[in-house]
Amino acid sequence: MIVRLLWRDLSLLLPGGRQGGTFLPLLFFLAVAMLFPFAVGPDAPLLARTGGGVIWVAALLASILPLDRLVGADLEQGVFDQLALRGIAEELALAVRMAAHWLSFAPLLLLAALPAAALLSLDGMIVRKLLLGLLAGTPGLAAIGVMIAALTAGLRGGAALSGLLLIPLAVPILIFGAGSLARPDFAGVALAGAISLFLVAVAPFAGGAAIRSARES
Amino acid sequence: MMQPCHLVTHDLACRRGDRLLFRGLNLEIAAGGACHIAGPNGIGKTSLLRLLGSLLSPFGGTVSRRGSIALLGEKSALDPQAPLGSALAFWSGLDGLPPIGREEQIETLGLSDLLDVPVRFLSTGQTKRAALARLLGQQADIWLLDEPLNGLDQDGVSMIEALIAGHCAAGGIAIAASHQAITLPARTNVDLTEYAR
Repeated sequence: MIVRLLWRDLSLLLPGGRQGGTFLPLLFFLAVAMLFPFAVGPDAPLLARTGGGVIWVAALLASILPLDRLVGADLEQGVFDQLALRGIAEELALAVRMAAHWLSFAPLLLLAALPAAALLSLDGMIVRKLLLGLLAGTPGLAAIGVMIAALTAGLRGGAALSGLLLIPLAVPILIFGAGSLARPDFAGVALAGAISLFLVAVAPFAGGAAIRSARES
Repeated sequence: MMQPCHLVTHDLACRRGDRLLFRGLNLEIAAGGACHIAGPNGIGKTSLLRLLGSLLSPFGGTVSRRGSIALLGEKSALDPQAPLGSALAFWSGLDGLPPIGREEQIETLGLSDLLDVPVRFLSTGQTKRAALARLLGQQADIWLLDEPLNGLDQDGVSMIEALIAGHCAAGGIAIAASHQAITLPARTNVDLTEYAR
């Protein structure tokens, strides 16, 4: 059952998927990495110092892009009603959705971080920490994304609102994830991972409650 | 349908927003029974069906039921972008039941030629038929049908009436909310205006 749910979610969300899942988040991410050097000038030391942070911000914003179609469409179509009638809890459906959302943007983002790092002339140590940090932080971003998508589903102007809501929630991951780049140890990565795990654990329940209350209204 | 199903409501009341739609609704439907819920628009027919399916929680009173439940609502819950065949396959896969007579069902519903067509290209009536195929595949005991005749042609109407009759004859329960006349076997009639505040 979980496999079937995941399969459907992936076929909707993956690039080239049915629900218009595109490479847009990925291209957006690369575009930021490409434009940043043009904006601040070709000063290699400056780029190397700030580049990691830019990649983090770009990753965060890229994870927002698919939010408006993450939960809302299914709520509108009555998919969650049908799942509930079959005894499948909203929490489970959202946990699966969260996994699918992460799979649809994070692995590609990690790959794209390599050319982006080259564009920003980051050195090997920083790149390694950046990739580890993104690996630790992106599940948290996916969790926040699903939570917010469930909360704003069925609201008018939900898409704009979700961007605003995500920013404060994502700040801790950003601080520790991007902050770890300036430190010699991996403590920041570990903390970003800890926040991520917490969010992954909480998000399905928060989102499930949001969907049930949307049904009542 | 292994065990006899039943559906009982006691003193059921429904509130939407700050409006009390109906109250004091007592309903008892045994296996093989059918119920027609009538009433003008906005009286709470859909809300009653959603209460019976536990998709809403009652403002007062209780709903107790035995048996699995299936809902045919105004929304088909089929992915608009997907071809009809795979959209239906998702739900039948989720229900995990052996596909006995599945092809005949699709044939009866007149959907055989549409399986490759994306759901969003289907007409209103065809979408209704597709949602019926989803409902049939679920093999549930209790059918909750919200305006089942909407968008169906004359053929479709007699087809759905035959399907309901077959379902009830096999020991299932069918509850249809409709403002149109619909032929149901062994029916109880509920006019929600009598329970409106």
